[in-house]
Amino acid sequence: MLAWTIYLSFLGALALFLLPSRSATLARLLALFVSIATFVLALLGFLQHRSGEMFTIVSVPWIRSLGINYSLKADGISLTLLLLTGVIGICGILFSWNIDVRVKEFFAFYLLLIGAVYGVFLSFDLFLLFVFYEIVVIPKYFLIAIWGSTRREYGAMKLVIYSFVGSAMVLVGLIAAYVLSGSKSLSLDYLAGYHFSPTVQMWAFPLVFTGFGILAGLWPFHTWAPTGHVAAPTAASMLLAGVVMKLGAYGCLRVAMTLFPLGLGPWGFHILGFGSWRDVFAVLAVIGIVYGALVALVQKDFKFVIGYSSISHMGFILLGLMTLNQIGLSGAVIQMVSHGILAGLLFGVVGRMVYSRTHTRDLAALGPMHLNKIIPFAAFTFVIAGMASMGLPGFSGFAAELMIGIGVWRSYPTLIFFVGIGLVAGVAYIWRAMQQAFFAGSPGPATPPEHPLPPITLPERLAAILLMVSSVIVGIFPQLFLHVIHPALNSPMFDGLRKGGW
Amino acid sequence: MNAIDLGQLLRLLWPEITILIAALVALSVDLAGLRHRSLRLRFLSASFIGSIGCAIAIDELLHVSTQGALLGNIFVATPLTHLVQIALLVITILTLLLAVDSDFTDHVGEFVLLVLLATTGMLFLVAAQDLLIIFVSLELLSLSAYILAGFDKLRPRSSEAALKYFLFGGMSAAFLLFGFSLLYGLANSTNLPQIAAAVQAQPLNPILILAIVTTVIGFGFKIAAAPFHFWAPDVYQGAPIPSAALIASGSKVASFFIFFQLMVLGFAGAEGVASLAHFRSGWVPVLVVVSVVSMVLGNLVAITQTSLRRLLAYSAVAHAGYMLLAYVAHSQQSLAALLYYVATYSLATLGILGILVATEKQLGNDSIAGMAGLSRRAPFLSACLFVFILSLAGIPPLSGFFAKFFLFLSLLTVNPGSKLLLWLIILAIGMSAVSLYYYLRVLKSAFVADPPAESTPIQSSLLLRLLVGVLAGGVIVLGCAPDVILNQILKVIQASGL
Repeated sequence: MLAWTIYLSFLGALALFLLPSRSATLARLLALFVSIATFVLALLGFLQHRSGEMFTIVSVPWIRSLGINYSLKADGISLTLLLLTGVIGICGILFSWNIDVRVKEFFAFYLLLIGAVYGVFLSFDLFLLFVFYEIVVIPKYFLIAIWGSTRREYGAMKLVIYSFVGSAMVLVGLIAAYVLSGSKSLSLDYLAGYHFSPTVQMWAFPLVFTGFGILAGLWPFHTWAPTGHVAAPTAASMLLAGVVMKLGAYGCLRVAMTLFPLGLGPWGFHILGFGSWRDVFAVLAVIGIVYGALVALVQKDFKFVIGYSSISHMGFILLGLMTLNQIGLSGAVIQMVSHGILAGLLFGVVGRMVYSRTHTRDLAALGPMHLNKIIPFAAFTFVIAGMASMGLPGFSGFAAELMIGIGVWRSYPTLIFFVGIGLVAGVAYIWRAMQQAFFAGSPGPATPPEHPLPPITLPERLAAILLMVSSVIVGIFPQLFLHVIHPALNSPMFDGLRKGGW
Repeated sequence: MNAIDLGQLLRLLWPEITILIAALVALSVDLAGLRHRSLRLRFLSASFIGSIGCAIAIDELLHVSTQGALLGNIFVATPLTHLVQIALLVITILTLLLAVDSDFTDHVGEFVLLVLLATTGMLFLVAAQDLLIIFVSLELLSLSAYILAGFDKLRPRSSEAALKYFLFGGMSAAFLLFGFSLLYGLANSTNLPQIAAAVQAQPLNPILILAIVTTVIGFGFKIAAAPFHFWAPDVYQGAPIPSAALIASGSKVASFFIFFQLMVLGFAGAEGVASLAHFRSGWVPVLVVVSVVSMVLGNLVAITQTSLRRLLAYSAVAHAGYMLLAYVAHSQQSLAALLYYVATYSLATLGILGILVATEKQLGNDSIAGMAGLSRRAPFLSACLFVFILSLAGIPPLSGFFAKFFLFLSLLTVNPGSKLLLWLIILAIGMSAVSLYYYLRVLKSAFVADPPAESTPIQSSLLLRLLVGVLAGGVIVLGCAPDVILNQILKVIQASGL
């Protein structure tokens, strides 16, 4: 039944493309209906499989001569991320209710993207996973290039080239894994159980990890993300930061780390203090955290602040993966969900609530408008999202970052200091953006925008509330998800990882 | 030499004969009956007759049971050659149908005759096992193609294309013939297996190396591999679209196939090793160089093109580079990968040229910028363009992706430890990341850019839309269910025991 999340999205995209009517409302409603239906399916799947262990949805031979199967499975990690995709999918559509140019095409590309994301999270055949992973690239390009803003064609092309280079690296690793394991199967369980020689793992692991890492905003390959986020229309930024970057992190965990666990092991010598790829990526992740936060601190463009904050938060996920202990890894998965929700919310406020009304994202220009008085709901939402993003207790960010912090403390005690710097800078940039955009509070008379701003609409309110509630749920009951993530991390698939360094 | 069994000859060559008969019928019907009718009717009837001939030939090939060598091994008939011939005939039918909407000439009968003659050349080429026959069939194909390229007598570009094609083609034919004569001198035979035996019996000598190099030059020209590609941009751009379609698809399929046969059968034993550590000269190192040059040059030069047809030409150079990797591996699996690749590549190229038939008629040129806003002026055609372009770029689940994937797999399977092959694959995958840039430029123009102010919807005939739709469907189906055709290819290759 979970497979229908994919099929429904694709069918919805096709239906929208073929829809003869020019009515924009119909297209919006259809897209909303499809996204709600997929979310309900994901939720039902989540509720049905509370044990979090892996179960098969579909498995039929696809390309017999190569031993490739059309195999969809899910475990606790995939279920958690499916739920995230469902929520973000609905909110993205609600936040794009104001799109009025080529509406049908917009939602068709949107649903195509959502369907492919569901596909990646459900695929358990590496070939199939790669197919879905690549399908994601194309709608992203068109969503940004057609409906985007600032330097949209540049941003879209940069994003696509980066993604494609990343997937090229993944493809090399995938082909190598297939051939070296005897050309029998590309099923993830089979490959995870196959013992590749340590030399192979030593080059294949960094290759595949970096390949997926590019999409996860791994420093220094992150530069596509801020430009892409800024150029994208609101819904696309939400999807991009909310779920597409998670695909990268998911691939790192599910493919790179399970297939080539020995690649994480020590090299046997030290260069510049690095003794393994694990050290290298952990340090890159920390640089990402600190660098993203510090750059966000000096941005003039409101959306760039959020764009760089994504780099910082994605750094937490990658660092959590590199801790290789259960609390760090589960923290990374929770952070995927948390950042997905919060990035969606922040981009929703900045892109939809503020930018589409004021037509400027310049913090200096936004301040004098006294937005907290004109659109108080936007200010309220941003305060909540900002608090969650800073990691205040009670919100999702706290739970996730605490777990990752404990994990890091166990594995890399020295790095925790830099993580702390990142957290402090995180408070600072959110505070600065919030203050400058909404509460500039200059004593002088307010310079109202040239034309009165339309009030916040119902779809925006619904989406914002949905996201805030989700963040609080994750923050207060992380157990809900940990309960399914732990069994997944303890499954045989992650055996190699557990025996390796864990 | 054995006595020639004319009955057997007739039976085995029946498809080729059918095509010739169809060509003559098409010519005479056009000349005798339809001289003064409308151009469209003439094209329709001639293409229809030609297609029926091809369909009958396909039917014959499907039901023929005779196998084996003929005329002392000059020709072979195996399931594999039959499969390739069927593919060629299908491509010819598609090319003929593509021509129906054209108005570049009023010599309709002659045009169809030449297309079918070229097809006959291809059919012979695929079955040939003898240097002389290879050369003669290749010339039949080439001479027809030269004329086809220059068929639009009113446009100077077309004549320029034909002249360039002819001059480069003539040169390469001279190289090829020179190489063949050296081979004959070495082996005292024109038969491929006997040449292979002679090649194996002696160490690699300069004459053999010269023969290898000249052969590669001769075929490198036909498959538009760099640095023998100079004719391609002009021919792709200048030739009438149906001629360009034949040159870009059918002629490629046949040339790639026979080139593979010639290298693997004729030069067996002179492969050489192309890795730095154990370098041994032979034809593999030569092809590695040609392949790398083609991939790099084709992809990089394509970036700067402003005309869609020229872009296709340079992308063809790049694709030739990828396909040459199959020669480097030279295994059964890599032959299957090559055939799958070239077939799906032809489908996508034919599709794009088909779309150009409609757009050029109304836009007047094939510039990429001129296609701005095509998605709103011709939604169906641009949806198909989307499929073809992304297939060429290698985006799953379209067939172009699977073709690349299978090709790279077959390469590594031969010799999993080989560093050289791994680096070649990395280069090829990296280059296909580059190619996405220029392919997306085309789609950007069609989907992102706004149409010019007073633009009208682009009209296209039902037949054309049907044809393009079928091609797009083929690209999608072959990508989603590659097993359909892949198993068949693998089976016939095994049955033919290459």
